[in-house]
Amino acid sequence: MSTEADIAILGAGPAGANAALAADQAGARVLLVDDQPGPGGQVWRGKSAAILEAPPTPESRSGDALRRAIAASGMGHLSDSRVWTIERGDAGWHLHLADGAGQRRRINTRSLILAPGAREYVQPLPGWTLPGCIGLAGATAMMKRDLLPAGKRVVVCGTGPLVFFVASEIRRLGGGVAAIITANSRSDWLRTLPALASRPGLAARGALWIADLITAGVPILWRHTVTRIAGSERVQSVEVRRVDADWTPVGAPLFIEADACCIGHGLVPNSEPASLAGLKPRFDRKAGYWAPQAKPDGTTAIPSLFLCGDGAGIRGAAAAEIHGRLAGLSAAHSLGFGPGPDNALHLRYLKATRFGAAMETLSHPRPGLAALTTPETPVCRCENISRLALETEIASGAASVMAVKSGIRAGMGACGGRFCGTAVARILAAANGRSESEVPPATARPPLCPVSIATLAGDFRYEDLPIRKPAPL
Amino acid sequence: MRLVRDQSHLIRRRPAIRFTFDGGMVEGHEGESVAAALWRAGLLGLRQAPDRGGPRGLFCCMGLCQECVVRLDGHLVESCRLTVSEGLILSRTEQGL
Repeated sequence: MSTEADIAILGAGPAGANAALAADQAGARVLLVDDQPGPGGQVWRGKSAAILEAPPTPESRSGDALRRAIAASGMGHLSDSRVWTIERGDAGWHLHLADGAGQRRRINTRSLILAPGAREYVQPLPGWTLPGCIGLAGATAMMKRDLLPAGKRVVVCGTGPLVFFVASEIRRLGGGVAAIITANSRSDWLRTLPALASRPGLAARGALWIADLITAGVPILWRHTVTRIAGSERVQSVEVRRVDADWTPVGAPLFIEADACCIGHGLVPNSEPASLAGLKPRFDRKAGYWAPQAKPDGTTAIPSLFLCGDGAGIRGAAAAEIHGRLAGLSAAHSLGFGPGPDNALHLRYLKATRFGAAMETLSHPRPGLAALTTPETPVCRCENISRLALETEIASGAASVMAVKSGIRAGMGACGGRFCGTAVARILAAANGRSESEVPPATARPPLCPVSIATLAGDFRYEDLPIRKPAPL
Repeated sequence: MRLVRDQSHLIRRRPAIRFTFDGGMVEGHEGESVAAALWRAGLLGLRQAPDRGGPRGLFCCMGLCQECVVRLDGHLVESCRLTVSEGLILSRTEQGL
């Protein structure tokens, strides 16, 4: 089954959904494709159909407004649909996807806007594979969709603002927080005050979360990290240590009982779709991660390819909304629809990036955190490959993420390297005394997501194979 | 005193129904994610990782990590992307993926 569009948009978070709305309003025939049950992305994820009634939150209100706008526009929208490869054609792009029913579909589009968002980085540590240990981003997904708190005695650990949001949501939804363990110090937070002042509403919410945790007597351990998660079949306790300015764990361990542990260390742009489309990621020295590059107006080095939101660099939801609109207007204009982006929107975008960039700096792992990954810690979860196994392979001559992947399968499992790729690159850089900027991520290959052979085959029949006449004897 | 109120009593869900996981009955609400229903029931370990990598369960909760896969009609499905419905029959995967 194939569908035609002027502009296809991959990803329906704040960036992609707003790109679609802007291009649609400019008069282009758009098609919005997303792998989640509804628009909103991770930050504005909608509630499951099981929820009949629940108190609204600022996130649910923003998400609901976006979902209403998309429904009202009447634009083409495929949810629960996973694009597994992107091909460049003579007159545009071909997206191959599996829809919610597992049916194979193809989208032919003149221009393509990528808004793939970001994923969480979790520094591998002993016990992080135990059931009951989930990402901070994962915890927010479960709480936004199913309104289910992670537990009654949850240790919330990590960096940046997400620890306080997760802890507060656990309490709001009837769960309990045993402790908050954050590598950030109070002075790290003080340094973000100029950025916080630009978003007084969010800053006030953050202050309320922290005040609530303090009045409730929930311990907040600044400048600390969980160094080990323990339990036989599931999370039962965590080991915690102080960290120095570089976030290297130091000092005597203390132990906290827990029924779950939510942990995360910032976000990493999802660079694979852009990479597959021919836009290779570059190392952003200031931010400290690899990301495909887009201009503020969403244009890229490839004329019919546009990129917006956190997938082009972590700048947060508010910036992503505007970046999406800019990319939508740019893409529409390049096909002759609408006037294109204007200067005022540009300026609003640049202003909005400051807050997101400050939060990203707060969250970004400092070098000392790498010490969490002990030699026995599984780094590649899918293939169960430890840091020691990686370092042995590197010592034997594997000099790139690709070499390590083909050598011992790190990153070749079901997640496609989404959860170990960054850690593997950092281990490689450290082992060879190189900078992270010299260790590019693995080359993106299809499929971008797990896809069944039946879906790949589609309605192919063996009899359809062209068979040449046998050569005359 | 609480500055962030416990709002759990203000949440109304569809009536509970039952589905099968690994031969046992699990309660869940129609339309919620299977992962959430299993988590609420205390079923955190969903599979064993290869090479004696130990028990695994829900991790990214958004369809990326593949840790929470279960078996449905012979196919592997992420339980975080699957919704609860009456009569759903799921089993654990064999070792690994």
